Amino acid sequence: MLPDLNGHFGIFGGKFVSETLMPALTELEEVYSKAKKDPAFKEEFEYYLKKYVGRPTSLYFAERLTKHLKGAKIYLKREDLCHTGAHKINNTVGQIILTKRMGKQRVIAETGAGQHGVATATVAAMFGIQCEIYMGTEDMARQALNVFRMKLLGAKVTPVDSGSKTLKDAISEAMRDWTTNVHTTHYVLGSVLGAHPYPMLIRDFQSVIGKEAREQIIEAEGRLPDYLVACVGGGSNAIGLFHPFIADNAVKMIGVEAGGLGIKTGKHAARFADGSTGIFQGTKTYVLQDKDGQVKVTHSVSAGLDYSAVGPEHSYYKEADRISYTYATDKEALSAFSLLSETEGIIPALESAHAVAHVIKLAPTLPKNKVIIMNLSGRGDKDVQHVAQLIGSSKQ
Amino acid sequence: MSSKQTGRKNMRRIETTFDKLKAQKKKALIPYIMAGDPDLETTKLLILEIERSGADILELGVPFSDPIADGPTIQMASERAIKSGTNLKKVMALVKNLRKDGLSIPIIIMTYYNIIFQYGIDKFPANAVSSGIDGVIIPDLPPEEASEFLKHSKKPGLDTIFLLAPTSTEDRIKKVVSSAKGFIYYVSMTGITGAKLSNLSTVKSRISEIRQHTGLPVAVGFGISKEEEAKKISGWADGVIVGSALVKIINENSGKRVLFSKVGKFIKSLKGAIAG
Repeated sequence: MLPDLNGHFGIFGGKFVSETLMPALTELEEVYSKAKKDPAFKEEFEYYLKKYVGRPTSLYFAERLTKHLKGAKIYLKREDLCHTGAHKINNTVGQIILTKRMGKQRVIAETGAGQHGVATATVAAMFGIQCEIYMGTEDMARQALNVFRMKLLGAKVTPVDSGSKTLKDAISEAMRDWTTNVHTTHYVLGSVLGAHPYPMLIRDFQSVIGKEAREQIIEAEGRLPDYLVACVGGGSNAIGLFHPFIADNAVKMIGVEAGGLGIKTGKHAARFADGSTGIFQGTKTYVLQDKDGQVKVTHSVSAGLDYSAVGPEHSYYKEADRISYTYATDKEALSAFSLLSETEGIIPALESAHAVAHVIKLAPTLPKNKVIIMNLSGRGDKDVQHVAQLIGSSKQ
Repeated sequence: MSSKQTGRKNMRRIETTFDKLKAQKKKALIPYIMAGDPDLETTKLLILEIERSGADILELGVPFSDPIADGPTIQMASERAIKSGTNLKKVMALVKNLRKDGLSIPIIIMTYYNIIFQYGIDKFPANAVSSGIDGVIIPDLPPEEASEFLKHSKKPGLDTIFLLAPTSTEDRIKKVVSSAKGFIYYVSMTGITGAKLSNLSTVKSRISEIRQHTGLPVAVGFGISKEEEAKKISGWADGVIVGSALVKIINENSGKRVLFSKVGKFIKSLKGAIAG
């Protein structure tokens, strides 16, 4: 079973945080391990997923996209239909219940695209818990709608103006807040990142995606899929879909990173294409860094993939050759964004559009009897304004 | 005496310093500066000034792009140092030169684990010691993750100084002190470097709790910026660490002729305050 008791996935993972936070991680580990064995926790978690989030989300056969690409059958796991518009809320529901169990009265979170911030602010409002969200100022500019949504939900949004002014700086700032207010505050980390037990518990909460998809594809096709495709920022939607299939060796899994302006330009967030092992924000994993160990600034058209490291479990499966990783550029993601909108009437989040971009490459190379499940991790409403600025004129 | 033994003797600078101070009933003043802020040439002169002004041990920061345990003052110093081209290799070379020039106080490198990991955890301890570095503080390396690093540090005799915090339980205190060398760094508060110091009274009781589990000296840092605070804490601890306040003075006077006299004056005033 991965991770081991110390939170290691092979050589990756672990707990690389300051002493002040070590006891808080231990507390979270204990509360979570108790909750996992407690039927009341499971019941409460499932209740909110069903009644509040709207699960199960459908597994939708994308017939027109399939026809258009003239290859494998494409199914979309519709996480975009979750309350708040993305898979992020599966995790925040789980963590807010843990927060209540720890008796903490305040939550903090980082956010890149704003989806995790919105999902945290949402469950905090539902549980009546005080909420503060850290967000890079560059992300605030490109995701203005989500900033306003968080404020509507009663959260305080704190701009982070240091470093690259994006997700990694928001995480650092949230960790500093947590270090200061650890007695009263739970840090609702948004992806399978950071120190143990976060990568494990967030994976467990997100695994609902893959568990449902497994049952749904067996119902639809009478068999397991041939391919799973998902975008990878921190990697929570991907691990959520992949994990319940990990022992099914015939199921191929592909994670799609942000290729930005192309690997050679250095302006991207493709950790597996251009990174190396390092220790960053609490965990040992693949990191984009220079030879001195300074973490590089990344670029992606999608704020949610614009991050210098990746979840440690992904690094493990990359080295174990169980999951393969590729990337899609900004340009490919933007044209995938349009294609899915036009063929299926579904506007994907720019993050998910990276997965669509790979499906566009993959499906035509496969025979028609092959089956792909792609995780449509979020909807694109938040991106419409940003995309209008980027491609608007060509749409006239 | 063989050269090997001489070498080992030189490597116990931290222990010797605390022993000497104890015999004199004095406490250690441990200033922190960021190497390469604003540039390494200035850092060299600052270190000499700090030693001349009475500091007992120097904590030398090596910049990292994402210093999660640090407040804005040291974050910005880190950014300036990276911009000036500072890296671990250059800082080690700087210390080596300073030792040739006769610098005698112990030098402790403080940086984040990724910086040392990229240098190579197998090579760093031996190379650090041969550069005249005595110890290392890595805030994001808890003992649980440190076994390989400690293994490589043992032979050359690099002291790994671990932190304890207000949140550390008794079990953790036991675990941390069993891995620690040199001294214990007690973090005065739940917070980041340079934050405002609030409840000093708990520091006293926490130090005595730690002393029940170790004979190592205990130094206190985070948020100490004033003479009165340093004086009060030196009543309980074996050493007082002052970082952000000093980094601020360096930045405010960067490039000015008064830089060295202001830094010297600040060090002397702190040393005077903790004299007992």
